[in-house]
Amino acid sequence: MVDLLNAIVLMGNYVIVPGLAYGSQLALGALGVTLIYSILRFSNFAHGDTMAFGAMLTILATWWFQSMGISAGPLPTALLALPIGIIGTVLFALATDRMVYRYYRKVKAANIVMMMASVGVMFVMNGVVRVVIGPGEQRFADGERFIIKAREFKEMTGLSEGLAIRTTQAITLVVTIIVVALLFWFLQRSRTGKAMRAYADNEDLALLSGINPDKVVMVAWIITATLATIAGTLYGLDKSFKPFTYFQLLLPIFAAAIVGGIGSPLGAVAGGFIIAFSEMGFTYAYKRFIGYIGPDGWVPDGLLQLISTDYKFAVSFMILVLVLLVRPTGIFKGKVL
Amino acid sequence: MRNVILFALMALAFIAAGEFQSWSFSLTILNLCLISAVMALGVNIQWGYAGIFNVGIMGFAALGGAAAVLVNAAPVPEAWAAGGVGIGASLIALLAVIGLIALIRKKLRGNLRRYATIAAVIGGYFAIREVYDPAVAAIESINPAKTGFLGGLGLPITISWAVGGLFAAGGAWVVGKVALGLRSDYLAIATLGISEIIIAVLKNEDWLTRGVKNVSTLKPDVPTAIELQQSGWFLDIASWLEADPMLASGIAVKLSYAVLFTIVLGLIMWLSERALKSPWGRMMRAIRDNRDAAEAMGKDVTKRHLQTFVIGSAVVGIAGAMLTTMDAQFTPGSYNPLRFTFLIWVMVIVGGSGNNWGAVLGGFLIWFVWIEAEIFGPMLMEFVTSGLDPASTLKASLMGSAAHLRLFLMGVILLLVLRFSPRGLIPER
Repeated sequence: MVDLLNAIVLMGNYVIVPGLAYGSQLALGALGVTLIYSILRFSNFAHGDTMAFGAMLTILATWWFQSMGISAGPLPTALLALPIGIIGTVLFALATDRMVYRYYRKVKAANIVMMMASVGVMFVMNGVVRVVIGPGEQRFADGERFIIKAREFKEMTGLSEGLAIRTTQAITLVVTIIVVALLFWFLQRSRTGKAMRAYADNEDLALLSGINPDKVVMVAWIITATLATIAGTLYGLDKSFKPFTYFQLLLPIFAAAIVGGIGSPLGAVAGGFIIAFSEMGFTYAYKRFIGYIGPDGWVPDGLLQLISTDYKFAVSFMILVLVLLVRPTGIFKGKVL
Repeated sequence: MRNVILFALMALAFIAAGEFQSWSFSLTILNLCLISAVMALGVNIQWGYAGIFNVGIMGFAALGGAAAVLVNAAPVPEAWAAGGVGIGASLIALLAVIGLIALIRKKLRGNLRRYATIAAVIGGYFAIREVYDPAVAAIESINPAKTGFLGGLGLPITISWAVGGLFAAGGAWVVGKVALGLRSDYLAIATLGISEIIIAVLKNEDWLTRGVKNVSTLKPDVPTAIELQQSGWFLDIASWLEADPMLASGIAVKLSYAVLFTIVLGLIMWLSERALKSPWGRMMRAIRDNRDAAEAMGKDVTKRHLQTFVIGSAVVGIAGAMLTTMDAQFTPGSYNPLRFTFLIWVMVIVGGSGNNWGAVLGGFLIWFVWIEAEIFGPMLMEFVTSGLDPASTLKASLMGSAAHLRLFLMGVILLLVLRFSPRGLIPER
């Protein structure tokens, strides 16, 4: 019995808690990708760098607050700085739409041209981020580090395995739940949200019924930039901020959006968690876990790791291929990409 | 005429770089420009001929680099003795599992087929790991500071250019089989994924290419600068030219690479031009411009796409092997998608998609700008920040990251060309 509890706690500590946090970050990222795809109809390669850009602005604002002695007590100061980052990123996104994408919408360019343009935007954002904050790693998390430490948990429960929950992990989950709830409320209930769904569903019909396409596109960018900044900041708080890792998030984020069904917000959230838990599940070494639940004294020799952590990209990729072969529309019947 | 002027201007830029910076520097850029031009040609075959959006160029270039190691590095007999059998057995096991799956897919039907496939994949995976893991451990434990890998064949490195092409072609065939025939977005993301996986394999499978420990013992086929400095005939020529032997030997090595690379570029260029003008080229353009119509005419679009994807990737693989040859070392950690994938895309778009001469010009121009921007970026930043206090931390950090301005510059160039001259510098005829 105790062994079973230990096994559960072990999984909780190494797979479930980090998986929930990582899944939330991917879900927020995938929501942005899916939104741009359904409204503007292209795959936005600049999304990872938008996240980096938003996180960078938030970090700069955090440093500014810290230098003035403002803090959020036990919570990270970055939460206070987040609105500044969001406003800056929204303005940047609207500016790129104005200067880059609007023209291609007007001439009804093929979506591959839009995609290529997003590569250009990606370069620009990459350059801006690296010039302003540098290519190195930045840590900006402050406040209380743990909600519950592994040692405290052991003392509390008397189990031999500890469960540590970092503040940033809890914050990530709470913020994601709030943001996703707000977004779904907005898309389902508000007038603009309904207009966006109509526009995504059938552009011509939406235009006929008097929906203003410029407004829909503008709102889509505002939401996407907001989500990207939040996702980027949460990821940076939880792990650390490095411009290149944000670029590499592009693959799991796209995989999440496609698994869930691109164009479906619900699918993006589900996809984010599917990708995160598959990555965690495949790269976790099950040696101790089996030691607990297996028969007495039966401890396996190897680490029992399905694949090495270095191959986590392979997990996203395998899921991508599997979805393509089994169900190209994704779980929630998105568009076929 | 316009094309001649454009290429003449490019030549002028190299002469200027030689005169005002240094000839050795100018030749280094030229060699990398030649390699970039080959890569851009490969991408142009995919994008310009068939409209395939490949974002995995980095992976195929790295496969070419790995080929250079496997062909040229000296074999390590101890490692072969320790784990050669194990690696061979895992390879056979892998083929056996693939064969088993193929058999299941062919013979069984319905749910049984699905479950049998899943069981074969899982069972096969663990069976292979059972043989593979001990073999890898055995190989990597042999003198890990110096070798720790199987080594290569010890053959001349120039052979690896062809082998690199074959490697990349094989990789492309697998990816293409899975992802082609779908919409372009999907292929883009799938290729992005496969390139990251290829890099991860090359970084972590130490028994194959030493991973991040790098292989720096590659022997080039052209004489090295030090060999030249020790040979009498070279010193004679140098003194006759009244040149410094140190400087002259460096330039001579670079020139010989330039000649080799030019031959390869010329050959590939000639073949691609022939292909583009042949009935095959016309068919490819027909498919690109109107897929449905071409399909209605009885052309097998997916098969043609696979063909171009494989050929284009092979060309990229050749370029990747050439790059590793010139560096005389293989460093998997240095492959970065911005420089190896997206920069090549900028070359193709700026040069003129669909036109081979355009792709070559784009390769030259963008690499030249990329290198020079690294030098002029800090100078520009110095100018911009000249109002700031020289001791301020802001200035120091801005100066430190000024080299990254070139990323910004590349983005702006790409966006401007896409917007105002979408057909590029040398448009398709």
